[in-house]
Amino acid sequence: MKLKTIAAPIVAALLAATPALADTSGKRIALSNNYAGNTWRQAMLKSWETVTKVAVAQGKVREVSAFTTAENQVTEQAAQIQNLILQGYDAIVLDAASPTALNGSIKAACDAGIVVVSFDGIVTEPCAYRVQVDYKELGARQVEYLATRLPKGGNLLEIRGIAGSSIDDDLHTGIMRGVEKHPQFKIVASVYGDWTQTVAQKAVAGVLPSLPAIDAVVTQGGDGTGAAEAFRVAGRPTPIIILGNRYDELAWWKKQRETNGYTTFSGTIAPGISTLAFWVAQQVLDGKQLPKDVTVPYLTVAQEDIDTVLARTPVGGVANVEYTQADAEKILRDLADAK
Amino acid sequence: MFQSAILSQSVFRAALPAVTLILLLATIFTLQPRAMSVFGINLMLNLAVPIALATMAQLFIIAINDLDLSIGSFVGLVACIGATWLNDSPLLGVAALAACVLAYACLGALIHIRRLPSIVVTLGMSFVWLGLAVMLLPTPGGASPTWLRQLMSFRAPYVPVPIVASIIIAAAVHYGLMRTSYGTILRGFGGNPQAMRRSGWSMLRATMTMYALAGLFGVLAGLALLGISTSADANIALRYTLLSIAGAILGGCEFVGGRVSPVGTVLGVLTLALAGSALTFLRISPDWQVGAQGAILIVVLALRAAVARKES
Repeated sequence: MKLKTIAAPIVAALLAATPALADTSGKRIALSNNYAGNTWRQAMLKSWETVTKVAVAQGKVREVSAFTTAENQVTEQAAQIQNLILQGYDAIVLDAASPTALNGSIKAACDAGIVVVSFDGIVTEPCAYRVQVDYKELGARQVEYLATRLPKGGNLLEIRGIAGSSIDDDLHTGIMRGVEKHPQFKIVASVYGDWTQTVAQKAVAGVLPSLPAIDAVVTQGGDGTGAAEAFRVAGRPTPIIILGNRYDELAWWKKQRETNGYTTFSGTIAPGISTLAFWVAQQVLDGKQLPKDVTVPYLTVAQEDIDTVLARTPVGGVANVEYTQADAEKILRDLADAK
Repeated sequence: MFQSAILSQSVFRAALPAVTLILLLATIFTLQPRAMSVFGINLMLNLAVPIALATMAQLFIIAINDLDLSIGSFVGLVACIGATWLNDSPLLGVAALAACVLAYACLGALIHIRRLPSIVVTLGMSFVWLGLAVMLLPTPGGASPTWLRQLMSFRAPYVPVPIVASIIIAAAVHYGLMRTSYGTILRGFGGNPQAMRRSGWSMLRATMTMYALAGLFGVLAGLALLGISTSADANIALRYTLLSIAGAILGGCEFVGGRVSPVGTVLGVLTLALAGSALTFLRISPDWQVGAQGAILIVVLALRAAVARKES
C-alpha cells in the first residue's frame, strides 16, 4: 500500500518527462496500401509491421493496422480511405495508387481532422504530408555515374516502371535531365518493365534485335537482372546495368564482380520509408509542427559493400533501412534546421 | 397455384436486392455505430453514385442481350476529357463528350450490321478508350471543373445526398425503360428480336438507341467520378467493368431475354459498395475482400437459381 503511494508520483514524473508517450498513447494509425505484388512492397509491409508492433508494445500508440487493396485500383483505395475515416483512425499513412485521383477522399479525411501522410507513391492534396526520396535526382545521378564510367558517352536503353505513377514520371524526368546535361549519351529505346524482373526481361528481349550496341541500361529498380538475362539470351555483351538494391540484383552483381570485375551503381528508395512515414504521423499527432514535404536520401549500395548488404538482406528482399522514433526525430530536426 | 408461383418468384426476385441491402446495412451499423449518420452514409456511398451510373450504362446493353466490356476504360476516358478539355475549353470538352456518345451509338450500329459479338468489339474498344485516355493525360492529373466538384461535394443537412442521387437515377431509368412505350419496345428486342422485327420495329435503331444511352450514362459516370476524385487518371475506373456487371446481376438482371430491373440494379450497386465497407469493419484481410465480394455474388445467384428451379 505504502509502496504504491510512493510509486505514483514517480510514475507521474516519468510520464511528464516523456510527453510524446503521453500524448499519442491513445491514438490509432492505419496504413492504406495500393499494391503488394512485388518484393519492394512485401519488404515495405514487413518493415511497417516490425516497427509498429514495437511502437504499440511500448505504448507509443494504441493501435496500428495495415490495409492493402486487393487490386491496384484507384477507386478501391478511395473507398478504403473513406472506410478508414469512418473507423475513426487518428492518422492514415498511405502509399497511393495515384498522385491526384485520391485527392477527394484525402480532403475528406483532413476535413474530419485526420492526419494524412503519403509516402513512396505520394499525393498532391495540399493537406497531406509527403515522405519521399528525390527520384528526379536519382534518375539524374544514374546518368552522372555513367558519365564517369563512359566519358565518351554511348547508347542507353531506358527501362521505365508502371506508366502513370508519380515514381515512374519523376525517375524518367531525372534521367532526361541527366541526358540533357551529358549530350554524349543517347537513349535509343525505352520500354516499360513494371519494376518486375520477368516483365522487364520480356520487354527488353522484344526490342533488343532492332537496337544498335547498348553501352548502358538506365533503370528504375526491380528490372536489372531481367535486363541482364535478356542480353545474355540474345548473346550480346552485358552493358553497364544500373541496379535497384533487390536481393537478386545484388547477388547477380556479386557473381559478375567475381568472374569479371563488373562494376555498376545500385540505388533506390528503402522500403523502410513506410516506418518513417509512421513516425511522421505520430509526431504530427503529438502536436509537432512539421513541413509538409519530408525528403530523405535514397539508399545506395557501393561495390565494396555488396557482401555485407547481401548478408543482411533476406532472399527475395530489398536492401533496407528501418527508422526508429529517435531516427525519425533526428531527420525531422535536421530538416527543420536546414530551412 | 401456377399463378401464385409466378407471383412469388417475381416478388422474390424484386425483394432479394432490397433484403440483401437491409441485412448488410444492419450489420454495418452494429459493427460501426459511427457509420449510422448522414456523414457516415455520405462517406460509404458517395463512390457508389458513379458506379450506379456506369451500371445503368451496362444495363442498357444487357437489356438487348449484349455485354459491354469497355465501360470501365470508357468512364476513365470521360474523366480524362473532363479533367483536361472540359476544364480548359468547355466547348471543346462538351463536343468531345458528345462525340463519345455518338461513338457508342456507332458501335451499336457496327455490332448490329456486321453481326459481331458485342463482347469482342467492346473488349477491343476498351483498349482504344484506354489508349485515348493515356494520350490525353499521360500522367495522372488535370483538374475537375469547379462546378462539377461543387456539385459532387454538395451536402444537404439531414439527408444523405448519395441516397437521393441513387433514387433519382433509379427512378429516371425505371420510368424511361419500364414505363414508356418505346422503353418496352427496346426491352422487347432483348426478349424476342424476331417478333419485334416482324412487327415492323427497326432493330438497328433500337440497338443504336441503347448503345447511345449506355454512352450517355458512361459520360455521366465519368463526370461524377471526376467530381468526387477532383482529378483524373486513365486507369481510374478499370474496375467498373466488372462492378457494373456484378451490380446488374445482383440487382436481378438476366444476361438474356431483355429482363432488367433498374431499381434492383441500383440496390445491387449499393450492396456491393457497402459490402466493401462491411468487410473492412469486420477486419477481414483485404486479400479476402474480392473473394468475399465474389462469394456474396455467388450466394445471391445460387439463391435465385434455387427459387427458379423450385418454381418450375
